[in-house]
Amino acid sequence: MQIYLPIAEVSVNAYLLLGLGGIVGVLSGLFGVGGGFLMTPLLFFIGIPPAVAVATGTNQIVASSFSGVLAHLRRKTVDLKMGVVLLAGGMVGAGIGIIIFNYLKSLGQVDLLVTLFYVVFLGIIGGLMFVESLTAIRRARKARRAGGAGVVTKRRQRNWVHVLPFKMRFRTSGLYISVVPPVLIGVSVGILTAIMGVGGGFIMVPAMIYLLGMPTKVVIGTSLFQIIFVTAFTTMLHAVTNQTVDVVLAVLLLLGGVIGAQFGARIGVKLKAEQLRILLAALVLAVCFKLTLDLLLMPSELYSISAAGGS
Amino acid sequence: MTGLLTRLTLLVSLLVTLLIPAARPAQAEEIVMGLSQSSIAITTNFEGSDILIFGAIKREASIPEGDLDVIVTVAGPSRPLTVWRKERRMGIWINTEGVPVDRAPSFYAVAASGPLAEILSQTEDLRHRISVPLAIRAVGAPETIGDAQSFSDALIRIRTENAFYSALEDGVEVQEETLFRTSIRLPANLTEGDYSTRIFLLRDKQVVAQYVTTIDVRKVGLERFLYNLAHGQPVLYGLLSLALAVLGGWGASAFFRIVLRQG
Repeated sequence: MQIYLPIAEVSVNAYLLLGLGGIVGVLSGLFGVGGGFLMTPLLFFIGIPPAVAVATGTNQIVASSFSGVLAHLRRKTVDLKMGVVLLAGGMVGAGIGIIIFNYLKSLGQVDLLVTLFYVVFLGIIGGLMFVESLTAIRRARKARRAGGAGVVTKRRQRNWVHVLPFKMRFRTSGLYISVVPPVLIGVSVGILTAIMGVGGGFIMVPAMIYLLGMPTKVVIGTSLFQIIFVTAFTTMLHAVTNQTVDVVLAVLLLLGGVIGAQFGARIGVKLKAEQLRILLAALVLAVCFKLTLDLLLMPSELYSISAAGGS
Repeated sequence: MTGLLTRLTLLVSLLVTLLIPAARPAQAEEIVMGLSQSSIAITTNFEGSDILIFGAIKREASIPEGDLDVIVTVAGPSRPLTVWRKERRMGIWINTEGVPVDRAPSFYAVAASGPLAEILSQTEDLRHRISVPLAIRAVGAPETIGDAQSFSDALIRIRTENAFYSALEDGVEVQEETLFRTSIRLPANLTEGDYSTRIFLLRDKQVVAQYVTTIDVRKVGLERFLYNLAHGQPVLYGLLSLALAVLGGWGASAFFRIVLRQG
């Protein structure tokens, strides 16, 4: 069934959009990522104009994150206090990010820079997570073989994160740390959100696990909580300044997305943390690989058309 | 200087008039046309549309000499755009050069009763901008770009692949030198606006009569409402989008909880 999108001004298959939303929704619920880093490129691929894809993508992330966060709230796996701290940083970061984005736009090469951002960040994070998860799985296996059922490895040693001032107790996460690192994480994720048009979960989740030492189960719900507000803020900015939010597209994506997110959250409970992390790492690396290939291989069409003014 | 130029132009046109055989007086033949639909409504399930353009040639005297041909063009609204070319720099492919295109219709179709090169003279094509390459106008290519033409070619190639530009060289049927008809396919991804439709009547590669009309392509119903809201009340529209998102997220969550409790 073809459907004409009023803002994007293109006609696309409605079932294709529902399916796309569904797949990204499952990932969202499973990993606590908004799925924007997959959704946005996929929308380009089916012919949605980039400006509309980015703006509508953020709106869709609000929906799937909201659905996901409710599932996590019920299971009490959201650290609200940490979420608010991250959010405060995120808002500041989004503001800075939009200034940077507009500056890059004036230079003309914003597409390339966004792609490079994706490649670099997805590559580093995917690689780190993959190696870390493999080591963790191997260690767990070794421990099991040795019969050391009672041996519990300590998650995290004391590091620089624990010596900074302004300490605060985060009960849900079982942490007593300075607020400076979470605020900084929020700011940097906010910047990336504005530049890359994504929720930023794929950056925030590893940062929370490896830098803050938060338990994996709490991390996902908390990052979803933060993502909702930052993406909602971005959606409003796009709607008001560029009028590029396509509500028909958003509704179709979110119908698929919210259902997918529910399934994802339920599958996530059944999987072990290490397995979850290695899956996410593989996914991040796959997207990174695809984007790198696009940059390195000679494109079949060297020319492209864009509206005058922008790049 | 200007006076001299005007006089020169006058002289040239006088000469041209004298040289053209008097056998073809102006307006000896006229086009009477019909459209299957003069407006197209873009609805939510719009899947593109075929418009039938037909008509007759009205003449007072007997049929003049010369080969008769008919060309029909449909052009969508023009928007300025930029064509970019990628080049390999430091191992990666990036947009290095851009050529602004001053005027390029979002849609352009030419249907003719024969191959354009055989039925239309170069001069007439230039004057009326009939063939696809002449329908777009690239101006102000930066001086660093030597082959601005390849950018226009690329524009036509890309748009032709996406069915936005088309040339149907045998698309017009002419019957008994009097009746003609053609069908032009408008794709689903139409841009809203006035689609200017032109019909040219040709004899011996010269345009002897033309007729211009407009097909109105408009969004209607929900499409219209959302488009107007997005542009007229962006804050309200943004809030509406967010409300739908939150409602959708909550709805699915609640729905699943109920389903799971029962199951």
